[in-house]
Amino acid sequence: MNDLFNSFMTGPDENGRFGNFGGRFVSETLMPLILELEEQYERAKTDDSFWAEMHDLWTHYVGRPSPLYFAERLTDHLGGAKIYMKRDELNHTGAHKINNVLGQIILARRMGKTRIIAETGAGQHGVATATVCAKFGLKCIVYMGAHDVERQAPNVFRMRLLGAEVIPVTSGRGTLKDAMNDALRDWVTNVRDTFYCIGTVAGPHPYPAMVRDFQSIIGKEAKEQMQAAEGRLPDTIIAAIGGGSNAMGLFYPFLDDTSVNIIGVEAGGKGVNEKMEHCASLTGGRPGVLHGNRTYLLQDEDGQILEGFSISAGLDYPGIGPEHAWLHDIGRAQYVSITDVEALEAFKLCCEQEGIIPALEPSHALAHVMKIAPELPKDHIICMNMCGRGDKDIFTVARALGFDMSGPEGRSVE
Amino acid sequence: MTRIDQTFADLKAQGRKAFVAYVMAGDPDVATSLEVVKGLPGAGVDIIELGLPFTDPMADGPTIQLAGQRALEGGMTVDKTLQMVRDFRSTNDTTPIVLMGYYNPIYSRGVDRFLAEAVEAGIDGLIVVDLPPEEDDELCIPAQKAGLNFIRLATPTTDDKRLPRVLQNTSGFVYYVSITGITGSAEAQASDVGPEVARIKSQTNLPVIVGFGINTPDRAKTIASVSDGAVVGSAIVSQIAAGKPVDDVLDFVKSLADGAHSA
Repeated sequence: MNDLFNSFMTGPDENGRFGNFGGRFVSETLMPLILELEEQYERAKTDDSFWAEMHDLWTHYVGRPSPLYFAERLTDHLGGAKIYMKRDELNHTGAHKINNVLGQIILARRMGKTRIIAETGAGQHGVATATVCAKFGLKCIVYMGAHDVERQAPNVFRMRLLGAEVIPVTSGRGTLKDAMNDALRDWVTNVRDTFYCIGTVAGPHPYPAMVRDFQSIIGKEAKEQMQAAEGRLPDTIIAAIGGGSNAMGLFYPFLDDTSVNIIGVEAGGKGVNEKMEHCASLTGGRPGVLHGNRTYLLQDEDGQILEGFSISAGLDYPGIGPEHAWLHDIGRAQYVSITDVEALEAFKLCCEQEGIIPALEPSHALAHVMKIAPELPKDHIICMNMCGRGDKDIFTVARALGFDMSGPEGRSVE
Repeated sequence: MTRIDQTFADLKAQGRKAFVAYVMAGDPDVATSLEVVKGLPGAGVDIIELGLPFTDPMADGPTIQLAGQRALEGGMTVDKTLQMVRDFRSTNDTTPIVLMGYYNPIYSRGVDRFLAEAVEAGIDGLIVVDLPPEEDDELCIPAQKAGLNFIRLATPTTDDKRLPRVLQNTSGFVYYVSITGITGSAEAQASDVGPEVARIKSQTNLPVIVGFGINTPDRAKTIASVSDGAVVGSAIVSQIAAGKPVDDVLDFVKSLADGAHSA
């Protein structure tokens, strides 16, 4: 590692930069808002009562700490490294997203904001935001790409049940990036009463740092739980990456533990090649500026942003959080990609071997575990983040596996 | 002195307000777009704002989003946008052109390369929506060194504390965004705009031009009467989107310019 760094955990700098990544690339209308947010967050961060409220809700509303689970059958099946899963899919609302939403909504309430907007891809962040808004009686508007509204129908219904207004976004190809554009357009229009609750470690400073801090509960717990289970640190930690919030949450507390290998798994879609039918920003993109930050992006040679492609709506984003871009460039973390087909295999294996129906997002992380675990010694410990449950994905998976769910019994159409 | 500075000096001498027209480069195709741009000075346009198409125009409403999409689908690129400016300059060496867009296409090309090409092509100023003063080192400072004006947006959320920072490295003119919102979404109100323009002018000698939410000759007149000029974008782009012949588009532009100039 580079001797100039005595810690990997000091970023971002006062300009919101992680190395050359991050920053505050927003229109002037939003600039005073994000400066105010930064000031309020800095104040909350050192306020014990803020964290007391967070921990109380994490414990009693979300169900934290989430278990660290030794996946014994999967370990035996793969015949190599010992595999642990951090069970964030057991959280209220079924994914890690609520860890961050609670923090932002508590902050929004402290700032006197009454209207919450959010973007969502798979719908997990939208559901988490709708949930916490319902709990606190706040108005909630969720922007969701029209294509995602279609492929994540169960989550759309859940958000509506929770009282949120779901606005299908038809601009672009109607996926997560387009939803984020429309959320930013809403924010720029409704600056006085509205709080933009971003679901990932991207966007203008302070969002990448703030969302990371809220999600870091995952890594903090995992570290303690691994101590209790094994009396030591894991050798490898692995998480799936769309924008990268569950991964950043797991990785951050381990950044200075340089014995720990850190692996982020991007969505390889149909394969990372020149056809760009994937969402692997780090392995198949280059640095650019979008949605308020500089990071690796899928873009053409003229700087136009490309639509990603993935079976997983939650990973279908052409960018990645700027801290990941920095960790990639300095080599502290390794980033790989997994195709749709590989993720589906992992999805099935997890159901069969562990009785856990994973979301398609962590199925990507698990697919990489399947690749590396057999080659590793039996005393090598892997901790992967099971960041979401797969209930929302069963229709997508059924379709991909050629299974017709229209009848009461269901039947294979193959 | 840039063409922009010269234009404002001339307008001041004539006691006239400025009329600024925005069109998207390459919308609906390069040839038509060039024909419109070439006709703008004759229709009374003092400064041309030429949109650089981008896939993710976060500050723009549906009208300009769709214009960008049409341009990109028609194969518009940064190269072709620069060529449009060169073609315009072959017939007009006085009307300023301000390129307006987002940072990524410029960053992707490389700032130094882009600035050299922009100057050579005959661009006079830049408005880059997603570069606030906090990111001045990226493009603003290098652009001014290259001899281009860097025109900053001031908005209703730019409070007194922040205004000096917004004005600090701005040149050419200040673009006051009359509403909180996206382009083409709401109507600018003179009663709101007047005091804001006065507030900005108390801290700078630069002309203050007002845009967003101006869509008729009357409104152009009303807003120009409380500022140094008015920008119209979405209303013109809508005419192009509707497939109006170039002459009709230019007639509409002339009515807006007459409105602003009668202030």
